[in-house]
Formats: sequence, structure tokens, C-alpha cells
Amino acid sequence: MTLLDVRGLRVAFGGKDVVRGIDFTIAPGEKLALVGESGSGKTVTALSLLRLAQNAHCSGSALFAGKGKSVDLLALPEHAMQAVRGQDIAMIFQEPMTALNPLFTVGEQIAEVLQLKQGLDRVQCAAAAVDLLASTGIPEAARRAGSYPHQLSGGQRQRAMIAMALACKPALLLADEPTTALDVTVRAQILDLLTALQRDYGMAVLMITHDLNLVRKFADRVAVMEAGLIVEQGPVEQVFAQPQHAYTRKLIDSKPSRNVVEVTTKSGDPPMPSVLQASALGVTYRTARPGIRGWFSKGTFVALRDAAFRIGAGHTLGVIGESGSGKSTLALAALGLQAFNGDLQVDGQRWGAGKASDKQLRRTMQVVFQDPFSSLSPRMTVEEIVGEGLLVHEPALDVLGRQQRVLAALAEVGLDEAQFGNILSRYPHEFSGGQRQRLAIARALIVQPRLLVLDEPTSALDVTIQKQVLQLLQQLQRDHALSYLLITHDVDVIRAMAHEVLVLKDGEIVEAGPVRQVLDAPVHPYTRSLVAAVA
Amino acid sequence: MASSNNTRAPSASPTRRAWRRFRRNRLGYWSLIAFCVLVVVSLFAELVSNDRPLVVRYEGQTYFPIFKDYSEKTFGGDFEANTDYLDPFILERLSTGGNWAVFAPNPYGPKTLNYFAAEPNPSRPTRANLLGTDDRGRDLLAQLLYGFRVSVLFALALTATGVFLGVVAGAIQGFFGGKTDLAFQRFIEIWGSMPELYLLIIFSAVFAPSVALLLVLLSLFGWMGLSDYVRAEFLRNRQLDYVRAARALGVGNWQIIVRHVLPNSLTPVVTFLPFRMSGAILALTSLDFLGLGVPPGTPSLGELLAQGKNNIDAWWISLSTFAVLVMTLLLLTFMGDALRDALDPRKADQDPTADVGGVP
Repeated sequence: MTLLDVRGLRVAFGGKDVVRGIDFTIAPGEKLALVGESGSGKTVTALSLLRLAQNAHCSGSALFAGKGKSVDLLALPEHAMQAVRGQDIAMIFQEPMTALNPLFTVGEQIAEVLQLKQGLDRVQCAAAAVDLLASTGIPEAARRAGSYPHQLSGGQRQRAMIAMALACKPALLLADEPTTALDVTVRAQILDLLTALQRDYGMAVLMITHDLNLVRKFADRVAVMEAGLIVEQGPVEQVFAQPQHAYTRKLIDSKPSRNVVEVTTKSGDPPMPSVLQASALGVTYRTARPGIRGWFSKGTFVALRDAAFRIGAGHTLGVIGESGSGKSTLALAALGLQAFNGDLQVDGQRWGAGKASDKQLRRTMQVVFQDPFSSLSPRMTVEEIVGEGLLVHEPALDVLGRQQRVLAALAEVGLDEAQFGNILSRYPHEFSGGQRQRLAIARALIVQPRLLVLDEPTSALDVTIQKQVLQLLQQLQRDHALSYLLITHDVDVIRAMAHEVLVLKDGEIVEAGPVRQVLDAPVHPYTRSLVAAVA
Repeated sequence: MASSNNTRAPSASPTRRAWRRFRRNRLGYWSLIAFCVLVVVSLFAELVSNDRPLVVRYEGQTYFPIFKDYSEKTFGGDFEANTDYLDPFILERLSTGGNWAVFAPNPYGPKTLNYFAAEPNPSRPTRANLLGTDDRGRDLLAQLLYGFRVSVLFALALTATGVFLGVVAGAIQGFFGGKTDLAFQRFIEIWGSMPELYLLIIFSAVFAPSVALLLVLLSLFGWMGLSDYVRAEFLRNRQLDYVRAARALGVGNWQIIVRHVLPNSLTPVVTFLPFRMSGAILALTSLDFLGLGVPPGTPSLGELLAQGKNNIDAWWISLSTFAVLVMTLLLLTFMGDALRDALDPRKADQDPTADVGGVP
């Protein structure tokens, strides 16, 4: 007996096929994971099951045996479909902040669903909403029901979303990357919650994700999607143990591997010369205070306090922490883009010692940001983007000399004329995320820095591409003895890249030391929870 | 996959792609062409509608009255005064013997009075005055043509100054933010609450009315709306990573503004251009209608509308002026719509050109 039977589902946008004929089934109470990289069509598949994909042209069939008789979701009239949504099939989204209406309390939003779908009266709805919230493990559910979405933490918002989705006890829950926007330690909790609720309610879950760890922990069966096709599906253990398709193997093999020059200092050796050295580094933001008081004085928010660290030549210092832990602030302060107090020396020099010395420092230290889309100006050509540093630091260079340097830098990051005709005059929109990140690296490398600040360099990329970019960074480090200040939330990336690690929490360094020691024998409870969350 | 890309033409810049999307909107594209044709025709209005002949051949000599004044004596008249080429006597002299004159298709200038109209002024459309005359006996077609030119040129100038001031003010506020922004915002609030219309009335009473004065006064108030949009764009763009990366490279503020932030902040400016043009044309027309606009005697659509109101039975005045105005504003609005669609980031995202080459 199957709950959902999808046959030959095709989804096209404007004549372009995004999903190209896929078949899968879900049994009642089964947990199926749909895995794939961005653009593989997995989210569109889920949306088209609820017919929520706008301007999409769907064909095929999706037989759903919900409460009562079996219906074809793709052929149902709109008003009948509306009854199915939320009632029989519910959905939770990746970003709970945008999926909840900021103008209503979460209690009201859950009550609305109950009122619409089950026709309860106001008082009953409110009470039921509180019960639902409590069942998702939100403490003080009665009080939290009166909170607006912005008053809740990310994890609590996702719990509220889940409570809303489960309001009508659906037979099938579509979960679209439900943990991706959350911090690592919260992810585990949400996943546990989903597992527990799935068991209690006996519902089926279609989990859409790119995270193989999550699949392994959560799902019964997995379907691997590539470019609009399901290339392999089967029980999780079987697929992970004996992947049949090349793409599945590539996905499973995408865990970043360590390939860096290890530290080999014996106790008697003099310490390596340090490229970056900081002590008692602190960053304080001024914030607006609420009410009338805010007119006269400003509050302060300490984003980073008392940070002390050093980075040796050719080494990587990994900084790991959750969102809001101050790790990006640390990067901006190190780059001199953010006012700070305390002492910070780059090559023995400090920021603000004069124009010439600052300019020299800029050259010593470069940065690669997280988002490959906002880090390249869409209106500049590759030549302008990559060559900009030369305009500042080597103004004597003529146009031809600059072009040669740009081409050399591009070749170094694996982009060259052979692959892209006229690469110099192309615009960023023609490159994929990984290619753009390579362009950003080339822009940083062209001024021959000694230290690269990498602010979550791969977290916006797909796993297979993440691996390739990390390999490139490792290669560059070996070739140029570059030092990296690597900011990330991903323990696997730290494990593959870093020599030393700082663990940041709420602006404070809670643990520091060599990577093996910190990750294999964590001392601080927070570090332990971080490591445990991905193990 | 990689090999096929080698042969691809060099890539199109974002501006080029926006232009392609603009051209795909037929209505907007043809509106642009029609508007350009109208503007060009009106710029050469002297060749189309003029009371002086373009070329005169008189007694074996060639004259160019369109460029140069000649006294009546040149053509056998009695006075030193400038020749009135529509005078029947002069006309006769110019057409006898081997003499000839080439007139513009519509032989009236913007100020030419038709002393020989068959009907009392305002005269209805006749063969002599294709669209009739206004209540002073001036040819309506000439009035409309020259009035259109004044309107468009005025609107262009007003839009240019408004865009310039708005972009500069918005850029300063948005890029530097903080106290600069705060001070500027308060200034704009105070400046924006001044009663513009009353200031115009007062100034037009104090100073001799002129197009330049009007341009200055309207420019003083016309930049604020745009500066808000530019400010918002700058506030958004200045904290994007590519600006941070440029800072990390050591690029100076000025370079960052000009090279990075400004080109990425011009979308609202370009989108609003046609709408600002039509707004400026309307503003001038309304002021002229109220008699606060261009000095008397200048051909103007607003003044013609006022005449149409005063001579309500002379339907040809109000109707033709109305038609010209509607057509102008409509063309501009169609252009604006197409431009807005072309620059819409959501539409831009659907461009199926991403992902080239084999390198991830």
C-alpha cells in the first residue's frame, strides 16, 4: 500500500524542463529523503506536489491515498487542492523567519490553521495551538504562543512552523531543507523532534535536503536527484554502502579531505614567525536603546571580547562558531574594516599607522567572502574585477601587463581562456557559484597577499563543489605558503583545512588549540556539542 | 560543454541585456522610436514651419532668409524693415519672372499672425491654417510644434538637473550614512515642506518670468524624490561583499562610489526617467495654464490649453492641444513601462545564460 505514488512527473518553467520525468513512492509512515544539489529540481518537485510552483507546467501523475479515496494531486481542481493542503499534506520551509507572518503571534497563526481546517471556535483553537507548541518542545508554550516570530530564536521559529504544519495531523509532511538555516547544534534538536513527531503521528515525511549526514540520521529510503532526474533510490544503508550511480558516489565522496602541510614543530624549535597576531582584541557596537532613553544615549553590544590568537606563516587558523558568535566581526576587525580595541599586528604592523603603511597592509591581507553572488559587482567584467587590486597597488602597470597578470591569476584558480573564450570581457552572471568563488579568490591573489581571510568561503556552495574549492585553497597554500584565517560553522571544513582552531561563542573564545586536540578531545561543553552534532 | 563555449560571442554586459529585454517589449520600443522622431522633427521645426522662405532666388541672386534677415528693399519694397514674406506684394515679387522662393511646408512661425484669415480669429481649420488659428490669429500647427519643442527641451533640462542633484544627494546620504545621512534627511524634510507653488507665484511676481528662472525654481524642488531611491540603493549596495572586498583591496571612497556602488544603484534612476520627463512636461503645462510659466509670447501647450478654455467653442484649439499632450505623455509612459520591465531584477534572473564552462 502506498501513500503517494508519483509517476513520470515533469515540471517545466517557460518551456525549460526542470524536473524531467521522475517516479517515486512513499508508504504511510515512511521517511523518504530527496537528495540533490541546488538546481537539481528537488524543491520544485515538492512544490509541484502541492501545486504551489508558480508558472510551472506539470505533467505526469501523483496519486495520493489520503483520508478516504485516492486522488491525483496534479489533476485535482483548485478548491479540492486547497482542502488537501495543510489538511492531508503539509509543508515546512527552510527559512522560518520568512515563512511566518511577522504581524501575527505564532499562536494566532497556528490557531488560524485550526480554525480554517477543523472549524474549531476561538477558545478551542487557542488552547489547541498552545498544546501543539508544547508538543514541539517549546518551553513555556502558553507564553510563547503570544510571541511574534522575531521574538523567537531560529530553532523556536522552526518548531512553531512544525507545530503549524502538524496542526491537522497530515498524512504526509514535506520538509524542504528544514534545518539548513539553523545552527549546527539546533539542527540536531529539530531533527530529533521531527523523528519523534513522525513516530507519534505515524505520518510519512518527504525530506528535501542536500545534507547527507541528515539523510543518514533521519531517512528510511533515499532518492538521489541530479539535473531533474532521480538517478538512484533505495534504502539508506544500501545506497550509502553500495552506491550504484557515479553521481551518488561523488556525493558520498564529497566530504572534504585533508591535504595540508602539517605543523612539525618540536618543543625545542623556535616558534614560526607569525603573520597575524592579536591580543585582547575586542569589538563593541553601539546599538539604539528602546524608548525615550534611546534619544539621549546609545546602548553597547559587545560582539567580541578579549580575543587573543596568532597565525603562523603557511598555517590556517580555523574559527568556528554559530551565527552571532562574532566570527565575522573577528574577520572584519582583522581586515581593518571594523573599529576595534586591543592590539592587532599584521607582519608586525598595526592598522591606522598612516596611509602608506595601511596600503601595504591591505596588500598583505586579502579576503574571500561567503556569498559568491554579492561578492562580485554584476556590472564589471572579469578583467575589471580581478584587476582592480593592481590599479591600486601597482598603478605603474600598463593595460597589457595588467591583462597578463589577470590571466595568470585566473589560471591559478583553474579558470582560463581554453574553457571560456574571452574570459576577460565576461560578466559574473555567466559563472556558476563555484566559478564565482574562484574569481573572488583570483581577485584576492592578484596582489600577492600573505594572509587570506576566508569568511565561510564554501558554505554557499554545493558539497561536491565545496570539496573542489577547498582543494584549490589547499593547493594555493602549499604553492605560496599562504596563511589562512578561516571562518566557518562547518566542523568538516575545519577538520580538512585548519592547523589551529578557535571556538567562539557569544563573542568569547571558549576553546583554542591544535585542530586534533580541540576536535578529538573537546574540553568545553559547547565544543563537545558542536562536534557531536556532526558526528 | 566547454568546447561549445569557446566559439560563443563575447558576453553581453548587463546594460546590453537590459536593452535586449527593452526591445522585446514592442509597444515600448516603438514608443521610443516615435518619440525620438517627434523630438527630432521639432528640433528642426524651423524647416517645417516657418514664415520665412528657406531659399529665395531673386533677380539672379540667392538668399537664405531662414538664416539671415533681409530688409524689404532687397525685394523691391519701400521700407528698411525686415521683410514680411507673407505680404501679398512681396509674394508677388518673389514669384514673378525668374524669381522663386521655397517655403517651409507650413508657412507660419510660432509668432506669425495671419492677417489674411478668411474668418475672424480664432479661425477654424482651413487650407491656409491646417489646424486653424488661435485667438490672436497665430497658426495652431506652428504653435503646437514649437510648444512641443519647448516642453520637451524644458523637460529634458529639468530631468537632467533633477537626476544630477538627486543622484549626488542620494549618493552622499547613502554612502556615508550615519550623521551625514541624518542631517541630510532632516534638511530634505524641511526643504520638502516648503510650499512650492506659492514660491513659484511669489517669484514670478518678483522677477521677470523666464524659462531659465522656471527651470531653476523647479529644479530646487525636483530632486528629492529621486534622492530617496538612490539613497536606499546606496545603503543596500554599500554593505554588499563586493564593496567590502574593494575596501579590503585598499580602493578609495571615491573610486568605490564611482566604480562599484553607482553603476549598481542607477536602476531606479533609469526606470524613472520617462516618468520624470512626463512629470516635467505636465508641470510646465500646468504652470503655463495658470499663467505662471514661460513668458508671454513663448509658444506653449499650457497657454494653448488656457486659450481653449477661454474659447470653448473653438474646439480645434483645445482638442488638438489635448491630443498632442496625451500622445506625448502616453509615449513616455509606454517607454517607462517597458524600461521598468527591462530593469526588473526578477525578470533579469530568468535570463537563461548562467553556467558556462566545465569548471565548477
